[in-house]
Amino acid sequence: MVPLSYYLVLSAILFVIGVIGVLINRNAIVIFMSIEIMLNAVNLSLIAFSQFMGSPAGQVMVFLVMAVAAAEAVVGLAIIVVIHRSRESINVDDVNLMKW
Amino acid sequence: MTLAIFVVLAAVSVISALLVISQKNSVISALYLIVTLGSQAVLYFMLGATFLGVLQIIVYAGAIMVLFLFVIMLLNLKRDEFGPDRRKGQRVVALLLTIFLAVEILAALKIGFPGHTALAGPSTVTGAPSEVARSLFVDYLYPFEIVSILLLVAIVGVIVLVRKRI
Repeated sequence: MVPLSYYLVLSAILFVIGVIGVLINRNAIVIFMSIEIMLNAVNLSLIAFSQFMGSPAGQVMVFLVMAVAAAEAVVGLAIIVVIHRSRESINVDDVNLMKW
Repeated sequence: MTLAIFVVLAAVSVISALLVISQKNSVISALYLIVTLGSQAVLYFMLGATFLGVLQIIVYAGAIMVLFLFVIMLLNLKRDEFGPDRRKGQRVVALLLTIFLAVEILAALKIGFPGHTALAGPSTVTGAPSEVARSLFVDYLYPFEIVSILLLVAIVGVIVLVRKRI
């Protein structure tokens, strides 16, 4: 059996990769994919904790996170489609109307 | 043997996650994202969470990725739309900050939380659909119902957002 700390370190690495993706990319769709990577990293550590604690509560939480992630992806992609319709671009540098 | 499988899966998911964030073409990013989500689903199976592993493949690698690919095709993006970065300094600062974040998280894992005892080890919880469903529909029924309202709000919100005329 793989120890708990291995899963947590893997989860931390994947989370940091997601953060790097959000910060260095300018394509809004790739930024959304990075957010999905971060959500999945957290799901992995929740499931690992749930199994090692012997309680299914963590798995219920992962279920809820998946539902929230689906809703978030749908609304976010709709916003991207609307922005592309009005600005002909999904570069986040071009969406600066509300930036100081 | 289990450790070897874990190392291979971890390497596959980390490398494909790195490829997701470093591609120029969004479609290739989406395909690598399917690889990293799939390897995480196998990790869930290894942990014994069979229900969530299946759900991960159906919901993430199936539904959400189809949605991503559909939007990429719909927008018909050119490959060279994103020219040279206009802010070089931003990328350096971003990398430094994420290195700091990584050190912080790993230090937190190393030190742990004082006052809490270490977890004993792998338990007998199986993560089979019946056990997760019992917890979901008995102890956590209220959050489950709230999530259904959230999904309804998302559906209505999306229709309002992409409608042509008000």
